Formats: sequence, structure tokens, C-alpha cells
Amino acid sequence: MRTGMVEGPLDPRALLDEVAQHRNGATVLFVGTVREMNEGEAVSGLDYSAYAGMAESELASIAREAAARWATNDIVVEHRTGSLQLGEASVVIAVAHPHRGEAYEASRYIIEELKKRLPVWKREHYVDGRAEWVNQTADMGHGTSDMGARQA
Amino acid sequence: MTVRVLLFASYADALGASEVALEMPAGALVRDVLARVKSLASGKRIPDKPLVAVNQRYAREDQAVTASDEVAIIPPVAGG
Repeated sequence: MRTGMVEGPLDPRALLDEVAQHRNGATVLFVGTVREMNEGEAVSGLDYSAYAGMAESELASIAREAAARWATNDIVVEHRTGSLQLGEASVVIAVAHPHRGEAYEASRYIIEELKKRLPVWKREHYVDGRAEWVNQTADMGHGTSDMGARQA
Repeated sequence: MTVRVLLFASYADALGASEVALEMPAGALVRDVLARVKSLASGKRIPDKPLVAVNQRYAREDQAVTASDEVAIIPPVAGG
């Protein structure tokens, strides 16, 4: 198992190779990429900023949870920081397991938890020249003080 | 005691700083630190119950804070 916040371009093929083991019969590779439209806005690119230390530890926690729940250590997750262009990979998740069902479920768990918990923020740049933090307009509160309870 | 509070993304933009140092009474809780931050100029931009991390772990609002703690107010995350 390995996780990392990465400044340079991600290489999905390298992650596939990293989880390859003869004990596994299924490998799920998830690649999240920068999309040209978001909520009706034409996007030209984006910047990710992260709470560096916490993002590293939270990403590792999420992968450990998946490893324990689906009983595989063949998990590698990388998330980008910095500036990304359209089509570039923002996150890559490789999960290998003896069976496909578990591989799919573990992969899905990791991306969904990461979207809820990873302290990373996205500033989108639009074709018309504006830029905005995603999810942070108007009242930005999650109000999820239960997150502390769950993880305490 | 002096408590370091880290700010990110739109919260850092709103307060014009990525970090503030606040003088707090001993025994202060996360919610007391939040109230102090919200009392700063432009602090109202921060919602009433944002996510907060203490020493890089999500924390409850009734968790006690000490001078050596690193408190961070976490805007809605947008990874993936």
C-alpha cells in the first residue's frame, strides 16, 4: 500500500504495475481528470492547494481503511497538487484483489471518502478569465462536526 | 496562551492571512477558538460550524486546545 500527494503529472500505468501481484485476479484503475465543464461553466484549468501534512495522513488513513475492510494491501493512491490543464489526471487509484467485486468496492470507497475528507481545495479558472474556489461561494459551512466524532 | 490557527483557500482570502495567532485563555475549546476567529475583521465569512482539525486530525467543537496545538479551519474540501 502506498499513498501520496504529488506535484508533477500522474502516471496511471505506473500505479497499475505497482499493485500487480500473481495472487490477484482483478485490478481496478480509477483516473479522475479535469473536465471542461463544471456546473455550466467552461473551465480552462485549475489549481489544487492542500493542507500538506494532513492531506498526506488523511489519504493514508483512507487507504488503510479500505485495505482492512476488503483485505488487500495492493492499493496505491496518488492525488495531484498544483496547476492542472483540461484532461490531466487529478487522482489515480489502483486497487488489486483476488476478486473483482472487492476491487471495485474498495476503489469506490477510496474515491468517495477522499472527496469527503481530503483537505484539498480546487480553484477553477474559466474560459472567460474568472477564477473561483469550488464549493466555497455563499454559505460554505459543512457543519459536519460529526466528522470529528467519527474519527476521534 | 497563544494558539496558531491555519486558514486555507477562500477562508485565507477572506481574512487576508493563511495563519493567525490568537491569545486564548487556558482551557479554551475548539468552539472558543472559532468564535474568536469569527470576531476578527472579515471573520464573519467563516460559517458557524466549519470543519476544524487539531494537529491534523478532524476535531469536535468541544475538544480542548493547548498552546502547542496546530488548529486549522477546513473549508469545504474539493479533491478528487
